[in-house]
Amino acid sequence: MREKATVLNADDIERIIKRISHEIVERNKGSENLIFIGIQKKGVPLAKRIKESIESISDSELKLGKLDISFYRDDVNEKIKSDVSITEIPFEIKGKDIILVDDVLFTGRTIRAALDAIMDFGRPQSIQLVVLIDRGHRELPIRADYVGKNLPTSLNEFVEVKLSETDDEDKVSICWI
Amino acid sequence: MDEKKDILSLDKFSVKEINDLLEKTDSFAEILKRDVKKVPALRGKTIINLFFEPSTRTKVSFEIAAKRLSADLINFSESSSSLKKGESEIDTLKTINAMKVDLIIIRHSDSGYINYFADALPVPVINAGDGKHEHPTQALLDLYTIYKSFPGLTGLKIGIVGDILNSRVARSDIKLFKKMGMDVTVIAPSMLIPENFSFFDVKIAAGIDEVISEVDVLYMLRMQFERQDKKYYPSISEYNKFLSLDLPRFNMMKTGSIIMHPGPVNTGLEISSEVMEMEESGKGKIKINTQVTNGVAVRMAVLYYALS
Repeated sequence: MREKATVLNADDIERIIKRISHEIVERNKGSENLIFIGIQKKGVPLAKRIKESIESISDSELKLGKLDISFYRDDVNEKIKSDVSITEIPFEIKGKDIILVDDVLFTGRTIRAALDAIMDFGRPQSIQLVVLIDRGHRELPIRADYVGKNLPTSLNEFVEVKLSETDDEDKVSICWI
Repeated sequence: MDEKKDILSLDKFSVKEINDLLEKTDSFAEILKRDVKKVPALRGKTIINLFFEPSTRTKVSFEIAAKRLSADLINFSESSSSLKKGESEIDTLKTINAMKVDLIIIRHSDSGYINYFADALPVPVINAGDGKHEHPTQALLDLYTIYKSFPGLTGLKIGIVGDILNSRVARSDIKLFKKMGMDVTVIAPSMLIPENFSFFDVKIAAGIDEVISEVDVLYMLRMQFERQDKKYYPSISEYNKFLSLDLPRFNMMKTGSIIMHPGPVNTGLEISSEVMEMEESGKGKIKINTQVTNGVAVRMAVLYYALS
């Protein structure tokens, strides 16, 4: 895989997290009823950053869950994905406004699976989607409520998201496959 | 096409693969704690539970595991089948296979017979216990139970007590525990140890008192009267004297150590009734029910692995 261009650097990502945090608080008229769920793997640290940012804006303590969607994928008959991560939602989600966070929105199939998974835990008041990058090419009628950056791509490109929690730096780049 | 993923024993799995499987089992255990204990992971897959020998917990455990993952599982037992009409076992298997199933779980009373079935079938086969030979999913659930108490497995001291001779659990466990770097001692009189046992390369003690205060894990095996074609042990009182876990011995065990048993326990023989009654109050020491719960999670992981 060959890097083509850097799309976001660490400062850009930090500004996006701050901006989205304010948008979330604005749209929800506060943060009391919010719960954050990050989609494994990269959605989890992003959700944590947004949660912490909102906590500092609104001086409150908010809950963070982790969701792995391997068991809900729709391509079972082609290939069951055996790279399974842990799901941790150890709190009631009924009646809550869920802020669902992922790094890249692409076909929409991951989000479809995440919505099914969340419904198995209870009936939230609403689910709002945050993505760092929307790269287009949707195959399902799904859209994000908060977008870090819209990035038109072609199908033979790959969006690589690096986060300091799991990699050595904060950086989003576009690569050739 | 990829090679099909039979699980007949754990010999072919590397230490890293076993560690991965233990780690992934947490994700399946999490499903069992939810209100809705079902995920669509294996929707559309058909699994046959084929038991040529009676079993309650293993059979039900596989059945629950399959259903938690949304697979369709069909139970098949020898007593109610065409085997009674004289159909051979291999023909029965071929008939079942012609019905387009995705995976077959087999238990059989003859050691090693399952390997022959696996070769004859195009779908993955999971060994649910064959004779005195192997019981890989039991070994995995035992290891997972130990791992949840002692995440670093290397160097752990484990004592395996009782009927080694007739136990496939002991065979599979010893091999797996050794592979993971654990320090295994077998506690049994010579008549309950197989002839070629040096193959396993473990320490042997004649009585439980030699190890009781040192072990991290005490694994009590079931006396398998149904496999014993002759009387291997003189009397219950003799067994109690050297091999049973009673209250004084329970109290000699290290802080943090755990007690396991594959079940069903012959209460009063392997473990005294006083100790069994402490399952609730025994400060989490007795892991026999935890093993059963973990068994479902481990079998979910195994089914998912075999079909991926």
